[in-house]
Amino acid sequence: MTDTALAIRGLHKSYSDVRAVSDLDLSVPVGECFGLLGPNGAGKTTTIEICEGLLEADSGEVEVLGMRWQTDERALRELLGIQLQETQLSEKLTVAETVRLFRSFYAKGRAVEEVITLVQLEEKTKARVGTLSGGQKQRLAVACAIVGDPKLLFLDEPTTGLDPQSRRQLWDLIAQFRAEGRTVVLTTHYMDEAERLCDRVAIVDQGKVIALDTPRALIASLGAEHVVGFTLEGETTPTDESALRAIDGVTAARRDNGAFELTSTELRLTIPSLLAFLERNHLRLAELRSHSATLEDVFVSLTGRHLRDA
Amino acid sequence: MRDSLRELTLTRFREFVREPEALFWSLAFPIVLSVGLGIAFRNRPAETVHVAVVGDSAAARAALDALEMSSGIKVERASAAQAQLALRTGRVALIVNAKSPDLVEYEYDDTRPDSRTARMLADDAVQRGRGRVDPQRVSERFVREPGSRYIDFVVPGLLGMGLMGNGIWGIGFPIVDARRKRLLKRLMATPMSRAEYLGSFVFSRFFLLVLEVFLLVGFSAVAFGVPVRGSLLQLAAICALGALAFGALGLLIAARPRTIEGASGLMNLAMMPMWVLSGVFFSSENFPRAVQPVIQALPLTAVNNALRANMLRGAGLDVVGPELAIIATWFLVCFVVALRVVRWR
Repeated sequence: MTDTALAIRGLHKSYSDVRAVSDLDLSVPVGECFGLLGPNGAGKTTTIEICEGLLEADSGEVEVLGMRWQTDERALRELLGIQLQETQLSEKLTVAETVRLFRSFYAKGRAVEEVITLVQLEEKTKARVGTLSGGQKQRLAVACAIVGDPKLLFLDEPTTGLDPQSRRQLWDLIAQFRAEGRTVVLTTHYMDEAERLCDRVAIVDQGKVIALDTPRALIASLGAEHVVGFTLEGETTPTDESALRAIDGVTAARRDNGAFELTSTELRLTIPSLLAFLERNHLRLAELRSHSATLEDVFVSLTGRHLRDA
Repeated sequence: MRDSLRELTLTRFREFVREPEALFWSLAFPIVLSVGLGIAFRNRPAETVHVAVVGDSAAARAALDALEMSSGIKVERASAAQAQLALRTGRVALIVNAKSPDLVEYEYDDTRPDSRTARMLADDAVQRGRGRVDPQRVSERFVREPGSRYIDFVVPGLLGMGLMGNGIWGIGFPIVDARRKRLLKRLMATPMSRAEYLGSFVFSRFFLLVLEVFLLVGFSAVAFGVPVRGSLLQLAAICALGALAFGALGLLIAARPRTIEGASGLMNLAMMPMWVLSGVFFSSENFPRAVQPVIQALPLTAVNNALRANMLRGAGLDVVGPELAIIATWFLVCFVVALRVVRWR
């Protein structure tokens, strides 16, 4: 068994008019939780479905657990756990029946009851799938993905559309799986999810990896730990960005419509200096905010767009 | 049996049984239909005709006696005015008026079929009463045995129609539904074998088939005396082969569509012509000779013909060989083509 769980080289995939994935390279070592972070339509799902052997690439190589889809499909299916975006499991079956059905497909796997307990659906064992909440359905989908005792788990947008509590429950589940020394590859467009769960993150935009590192290193690459956002009163905002960069502690300044964003190494220097600057130029604040830098800010600094509206 | 095949087959059952509408349409509906048709087309006992006799003369009394002797005639005495009213309102079909000892007048509406029948029966009775001797000796034999009634014709047709509907819907619908919900793609992401997935439909279909055939054939035998003259085992074999052919047709129809609407359209396109042409409710021989080769090649025509040959004529499988060959061909062609074109994801 190799130390590389997933290796992708020169991957290309186009649909009739769109280049979904273009020359993508990735390598994920065994035991890592790896995240593909990017806006909707960035090519994350296409990439992960090619890795899952559900889509064929136009060109490029994909090696999963040291095997290839063309030659080792049967063996690979036994070793992978997969959760797809938007799968609707049969509503007429109960939770236990659904997990038992998926268990029956695998030669080896975990006990049905054990998996149901793991995803905290014990009380819903006999409930029909149709009666479950969104979060419970998603945990059931994960249960079906892990019941074959996979070495590598693929999760495509596992927490999209879930309430905060359900998201946290799923995060715990994924972290636990990862703690057992197995490999997880997930896609998400939530930066907090990537930051919290992933050992390394590839930021994907328009079918390409535009940055790849640990979340901490990616944020550090901004050269600043804080982001200050503000808007001004009145229509006239003659301020130019270069003047803002002169403010103490500021490493970068951006203007997005009427809103300004400064990245700062030290908030305690930047804020008084900013206020003094505005005072000097007879400008009045409409709004002032600040937060610690996140992967979202990394994405913004790389693409000039936000994850949400990219 | 492998675990996965058993679990998949159980899943098919659960999905079916937990859908009460599906249960009704596939199991109870053919029976409801056979009850309706059985009542509408039941054979009535020979009807009696009502006749009024007018007058109190010796001739009238003689006619009355003669008419009372005759079966099939219910006779009453009435005044001329009462008799006229009864005839106008349709309560009697004929007035017998003995005008003189040697003249009897029949008064009736010659456009009413029952009046014309009454005229013939009454005249027959009156003439015999006066001593007519028929020159020709005759005897009668009534043919009312089960097997030649409409209900006997229609039950095998309903059985064939059920095999078609349940085969095409029962296999086509769940597959398209699973594709629409991306469940098919999810299943393909597991080591599940495609053969077992399709096999689970065959198994569950066969089980329901037994229920479906047993219920309809059993019910119509008990309620209407519809015969099963052929071997039950051979009847089961015809049903099984028919179910396989319609199941394969259902799989072919479900091979590509991504939506239920798209699949329903195709299913109706396939089934509608057969409902009309394949001799479910009336014989397919009613259609022009030019289109007969097409009609005879349809799977439902072959199934219906084979079922009728078995149930009504007691024919063996050797007699329905051509029909079985047509059904088997449909199965093989649909199944092979379906496997080549089916969209698994």
